[in-house]
Order: sequence, then C-alpha cells, then structure tokens
Amino acid sequence: MKLTKEDVMYVADLARLEFNEEEIEKYVHQLGEILNYEEQLNELDTTGVEPTAHVLPIKNVLREDELVESLDRQKALMNAPSQDKGCFKVPKVIE
Amino acid sequence: MDYEIVIGLEIHSELDTKTKIFCGCSTAFGAEENTQTCPVCLGLPGVLPVLNKKVVEYAVKAGIATDCKIARYSKMDRKNYFYPDLPKAYQISQFDLPICEAGSVEIDLGEYKKTIGITRIHIEEDAGKLIHDAGSGTLADNNRCGVPLIEIVTEPDMRSAEEARTFAEKIKSILEYTEVSDCKMQEGSLRFDVNLSVMKKGAKEFGTRTEMKNLNSFRALERAIEYESKRQIFEIERGNRIIQETRKWDDDKAESFSLRSKEEAHDYRYFPDPDLVPVVLTEDYIDNVKRHLPKLPWVRKAEYMEKWNLSEYDANVLTASKDIAEFFEKTVEACNDAKSAANWIMGEISAVLNEKSLGINEVAFAPEDLGELINLINKNTISGNIAKKVLKEMFETGKAPMSIVEEKNLAQMNDVSELKNMVLDVMKANPQSVEDLKGGKEKAIGFLVGQIMKQTKGKANPGMVNKLIKENLEKF
Repeated sequence: MKLTKEDVMYVADLARLEFNEEEIEKYVHQLGEILNYEEQLNELDTTGVEPTAHVLPIKNVLREDELVESLDRQKALMNAPSQDKGCFKVPKVIE
Repeated sequence: MDYEIVIGLEIHSELDTKTKIFCGCSTAFGAEENTQTCPVCLGLPGVLPVLNKKVVEYAVKAGIATDCKIARYSKMDRKNYFYPDLPKAYQISQFDLPICEAGSVEIDLGEYKKTIGITRIHIEEDAGKLIHDAGSGTLADNNRCGVPLIEIVTEPDMRSAEEARTFAEKIKSILEYTEVSDCKMQEGSLRFDVNLSVMKKGAKEFGTRTEMKNLNSFRALERAIEYESKRQIFEIERGNRIIQETRKWDDDKAESFSLRSKEEAHDYRYFPDPDLVPVVLTEDYIDNVKRHLPKLPWVRKAEYMEKWNLSEYDANVLTASKDIAEFFEKTVEACNDAKSAANWIMGEISAVLNEKSLGINEVAFAPEDLGELINLINKNTISGNIAKKVLKEMFETGKAPMSIVEEKNLAQMNDVSELKNMVLDVMKANPQSVEDLKGGKEKAIGFLVGQIMKQTKGKANPGMVNKLIKENLEKF
C-alpha cells in the first residue's frame, strides 16, 4: 500500500499532531511500512469468519449498580494544567 | 409548490441508574462541580471500565417497549474525537452491533395513527458539561462524564412538527413507564437531535438534510422543525442548494444557525473498545426482563376504556404519564367512580398543576383523599361547587376533605324543613320572580335558587331547593 503525504497529514490532524516537512517524509515511509506488514493479513481467506470483537474469549463482565466513593475534588483536579472554580479550565471553546 | 418535510429523530436519554456506566460514581444531578468523578470517568491512564449491569437491563427494557429486536451479541466501541467535555478524547458507544434494532412505535394524531420505525437503540456514555461564561477560558465540569445514555434513532418517518412532537412525547411516556429514565427535561435527561430535509410533494428522493442538536424541550423541538423546514424551502425556492451541516437552534432568538466547524468532515475512527468485552444475552434473560416490564401506557389505555368506559381521549390523557395514571387508579380504588375521578384529575387538578408547574406526586394530598372528596359529593354531603373550595384547601394544607368540611362547616344542607322555611321566605321577598315563574318563565327559578345559595354560602342542596320552590308555587 502506497501512503501519500496527504494521508499522513490527515491522520496527524485527526490526532492533533504537528509535524514539519522532514517528519512527514519520515512517517510516509515508516507508517507505510507498518501498513504493508499488516497487508499480509489480506492473503488469508476470511470468508464466513466472524469479525473479532475481543481477543479473549470472555463475555458479560458486568458490575452491580452500587455507589463507590468518588475522588476528592482537589485530587481530581490535581494534574490539571489550569483550574478555576472547581473546574478544569481549558482554552476558550467557541461554538 | 407543495413540499413534504422529512424528519428523523435521535433521542438521548439519561438512564435512571444510581451509578455511572463504567464506574461507581454517582449520577445524581446538581452536585458541586467535579465532585462525582474518579480515574475511570476522568479517563486517567491505566484504568479499567466495567459495564453497569443495570444499563444493559434498562436498554433491553427500552428495546422491548419499542418492539425492537434485542441483540444476542453486542459490543462497545470507541468513537474518537477531541472536545474538552470528553477527557478520554473518545466516547464509549456502540457502532455496528447495537443492543437493540428494528423496532417501531405507533403514534396517535387524533385524526390518524402512524407507525414510526426505530432504527436502533444503543448504549453510550454522556459527556461533561462546559461552562462558557467564564472570562478567559472554558470550564469543564466532569460530573456528567460517564452518565449512562441510550440513544434512540428513528427512521425518517415523520412528516410534520406535530408528528415529531407526538412521537417524542410517546418515547418520554414509554421511558417513564418502564422506569428506564426519569425524563426530567429541565435536567437534560431527555434531549432531541433532529435530522430534517424537504422535498417536493411526491418526489421519490429525499432532499439534503441538516442536523440540529440538543433540543431539550418539546416546544424547542417543534419550533426548530418549523423554522428549519421554512428555511430550507425558502433556500430551494430561491434556487439555492441545501448544505449538509450541523446547525444550532437558539431558542431565545427562535432561529437556527450554521455550526461551520473548522474540523474535517467527521471521521470518528470507530473501533471495538479493547477494555470492554462483548455483551451476550440469552433468551432467558430477555424473557425475564419482558416479564417484569411494567404495564405500558397503551395497555393501560385499553383497560381504562374497557373496564371503566372512559372515552379514548380521557384514557389517552390519563395514561400519558405513569404518575397520573397511578394517581388516577388509586383514586378510583377509593371512590369507585372512574368518570368523576377522570374529570377532577383532568380538570381542576391539572389546572392547578399547570399553573404551579407541579407534578402530580408533588401535591399535598393523596389520591385516597381525592377519592374521599368524590365520595362526599356522591353522598350529597357537599355540592360540586363546595368540593372545588375543599380541593383548594387540600392543595394548600393537605388536610383530609372530611376534616376541612367539618372545620369550615361546609356540609351541604339537606334538611327539608329548614330549607323549606328559607325557600318560603325568599319567595315572599321576591314576588316578581314568583309571578314570572308562575307565568311560565322557567329562568326565574334560577334567581330564586341563587338567593338561597347566597344565604347558605352555597351549602344548600340545589336539587332540593329547586324541588321545594316548585312544590310551594301554588301557595303564592
């Protein structure tokens, strides 16, 4: 599979990553190689095989609807780069 | 040119669980900001979300009540996007294998009935709340992060604002009846997204649609649909193309505007959440939920019409909300007079509830008290008019009707000899009216009865007074 510069820029944009020209070139190559490696899977005939939702053969891991104590607010906000009025503060979001 | 409006709805409803969908934090509304969070719902690294059992049960309940096929196998997926109300940068939702699919709900528009298709119901987590009014930045309160939701997606089967509203009301009633959600709209427990397009009448292909998000009242839903359909028709008439976009409804300004997002066309890159394992439901499990489903509104409605001979209209109104239906049933149990119970609840009581924006469970008296009030009327202890006064007092004090009647000395005067004396006095004092009545003017009797009612402050038995006047007419 041939990856283009635009593909890398699109994925970078979705992931909110910023790259310079040199890096983009590098990832066109590296990401392309990874995808080529995975491409091998397409050699297998998967007709009639259900898609795998989870690699382990387990199901229905559920919890009871029972209250557990929440974090202390100070602790919850401890790692926030910015906080105000008991809230996480982020750059202004304009709709 | 005539146009047809094509509407599909996406309804988000917060489930009435005690705890969040993947952790044990409380879902209670109105807590201090960020006091109901933990590493799981804050999306801290290395945590393991575990699905709440009740969420599965409630989604299955909603699916059964809307005639959906319940998936024997479903899974959770990650929907990736960046927004400050979503700390993980992905929302856990369901993509290709939702828990319920292919259902339908019948709505009644009075003149006609219509079936609206349900495409799917899936479970997902709610996002946090952003507070925009802070000066320099935006504040995020993550208490709502991870509150369980179901999203109900319909087919584009609705053709008017009225149909959409009726459908939305029916969904609210179903979710309340099944106790899946408290549907408190002022708290955002029930929110609507509208997908809308217009096409020339008779056209085979739908027009380009727009989406309006997060309408949280029936009024906003109706008004947004009316505005957006007019806007689209106006654009088409002017030869413009409709752009597929998300628009925001501003209820204060009563208009919608484009949310031209700088983002790429949405690319959510869904994939199965590796932290969560598939949900596999057995026939037994589904049957068991079905068996424990509370009686649904249309079942109750049929019963009311059959058992108590109520009109379809009355039965509809009384069963639209579970609380009202239960209040009504308890009242009937206490007085055995369904017609009167229906009239009081739909008349006087509804008027007060609307005026004070109260729910029926918030009134100061119990349904048994209303039953007693009806009994007092039926036994001629009080008249209908006095009963209205007693009811007013019940709203204010919550006292039992009989004690109000005794305290205020409101019992009806049924004593014939006492009433007869009063009647004779009034007739003597109003010879003209007596003359008129004798001359065949039936209306004159109303005046005479009115005088008695005035003297007795409404307590005289009006039927008895009427009879006494007629009986004593020849004496004058």
